[in-house]
Amino acid sequence: MTAPLLAVRNLKTHFRAGRSWPFGPRAATLKAVDGVSFEIQAGEVLGLVGESGCGKSTVGRTLTRLEPSTSGEALLEGQDILQLSQAAFRPLRGQIQMIFQDPFASLNPRLTIEQTLAEPLRIHRLATTAKEARARIAEILTLVGLDPKVMTRHPHQFSGGQRQRIAIARVMILSPRLVIADEPVSALDVSIQAQVLNLIKEIQRKSSVAMLFISHDLGVVRHISDRVAVMYLGRIVETGPKAEVFARPSHPYTRLLLESTPRPDPARAGRRAKALGEPASAAAPPPGCSFHPRCPFATERCRIEAPAYAALSDNHGSACHNIAALPGKQANE
Amino acid sequence: MALLEVRNLCIAVGSGGALLPVVEDVSFTVEAGRTLGIVGESGCGKSLTSLAIMGLLEGSQVRITGGEIRFAGRELTKLPAAERRAIMGDQMAMIFQEPMTSLNPVYRIGDQIVEVLRQHRSMSRRDALVRAAELLALVRIPGPAERLKSYPHQLSGGMRQRVMIAMAIACDPSLLIADEPTTALDVTVQAQILDLLADLQARTGMAVVLISHDLGVIAETCQTIAVMYRGRIVESASAAGLFAAPRHPYTSGLMASIPDADADCETLPAIAGRVPRIDERIGGCAFHPRCPRAASRCAIEPPATATYPEDHVVLCHFPEEAAP
Repeated sequence: MTAPLLAVRNLKTHFRAGRSWPFGPRAATLKAVDGVSFEIQAGEVLGLVGESGCGKSTVGRTLTRLEPSTSGEALLEGQDILQLSQAAFRPLRGQIQMIFQDPFASLNPRLTIEQTLAEPLRIHRLATTAKEARARIAEILTLVGLDPKVMTRHPHQFSGGQRQRIAIARVMILSPRLVIADEPVSALDVSIQAQVLNLIKEIQRKSSVAMLFISHDLGVVRHISDRVAVMYLGRIVETGPKAEVFARPSHPYTRLLLESTPRPDPARAGRRAKALGEPASAAAPPPGCSFHPRCPFATERCRIEAPAYAALSDNHGSACHNIAALPGKQANE
Repeated sequence: MALLEVRNLCIAVGSGGALLPVVEDVSFTVEAGRTLGIVGESGCGKSLTSLAIMGLLEGSQVRITGGEIRFAGRELTKLPAAERRAIMGDQMAMIFQEPMTSLNPVYRIGDQIVEVLRQHRSMSRRDALVRAAELLALVRIPGPAERLKSYPHQLSGGMRQRVMIAMAIACDPSLLIADEPTTALDVTVQAQILDLLADLQARTGMAVVLISHDLGVIAETCQTIAVMYRGRIVESASAAGLFAAPRHPYTSGLMASIPDADADCETLPAIAGRVPRIDERIGGCAFHPRCPRAASRCAIEPPATATYPEDHVVLCHFPEEAAP
């Protein structure tokens, strides 16, 4: 296998919560990301899925240096981007770009679309003349399905779906190597979500940009990803090719997620899996395997010892003590 | 007689002197013990419809401009405010999407449940506290007696929604309106809350109106479904009938555009265009600019309802015929 575009090894991002009142006790460290490793090949889409508070967004924010990492490394073509100084990292920012969830918050309301899209070109010195910049902006707006004539307008004149298209244009205008998309369609209506997902997929195919696609929605992740990583409380519990993970989910948490997702099928009513308990907080993770209080297959060992990540096949792996003892995945109804 | 009967309900928003219609000619019935799902995208009027039934539009820019809401034989839109308040929270109750903003952050949850009980039942504070602990046990909150002393911020999102449900069912309502009750929750917690609602409904026989944008949640929870688009019910049917054979192009488009967790496809069949803003006037059928089957007639003439077997009603000039 060729060297991956991005290799993340044992990444940890811990937050030190402040005192809640002067001279009060320090709150415990919140281990939002606690030992995450994965690789993204050039041109590949890795879907990172998990529930709120599992640390999936923090992974994305750490890789774009919006949060400082605690330890671990993230090698972009062999170069550790977490160790670079801010000045040394700046030229790389154009190569690692981020799409955020809320297109109402991520676009500057005072700038026209042209100004919004010209800014990255200027900062990364990709256009020398205003004419050249404008031509590039028109080209990118066409790519995301907007009329180039709209570049004189302001964000409030656009709907949510159109704003997300503009956010995508702002990212793609830099021809990045890696795009981190953090819940890019979660704020959109169902009918618009499909349009934007199709657009992201089409642009990804055309430009073969690598992508870390962060989402809580299994259907969305299945649609967009080549490979999937499932996160629970700061750790990756299962990774594998999309087809493998969805057809033969190995980790009990992946199975629970799949079974809990409602399907548009009235015949399924009342046949949903019963989840035990609620997600624990990353501020006070349970000992041993952090999923054990909710796991129907938990044994004594799970309460004491955190499971190591073990390969099931070439590129499908899972962090569970009882993988061998788990019942086989029933045929998907 | 149906427990709740909404007939030709119209709601308008006041905006700069003009009245913009946001809900038009909405009619449905809910029988005791049954669940009606109302599904639609943002701005389709599904939440306003539920607020109108609850009587929560008073004093806002939004007002009911026509139609009737009959609940247990009484016409609610004509009732004086004091009588509506006696029904609200007692015979009909509502839970909302965001339990953190619905609960008062500076009161203990026990006090908030006691307030509901004392408002509608002549109960001593002590008896009300005992009943509140029972209610928390009923919604499966562990250690209910101790939990009464908690503040909302000390609970997780799922637990807060359980508290909201406990408050809603405190007076044994015959109708529960749930407006996106699980949208703010994770899928595993969502499954628990939906199961809890179904159990409570089976136990108490209350009717439920569930409002959601999520066709999956609606499909797994409701017996009858109304699909709303731009202020109108464009299709209504039994859950089985609707999902087996959707007849309105919007319904089938919506179903097709959901990414499937059980199958792969290259391109999602998306609905073209965008969700209209409320100040846009669209002639004829409101869906025609986005409709793949639209003809010239759709832009001029508002469609009439077509009725099919098993109470399957469609508002479309060219409804899809069921596959043989």
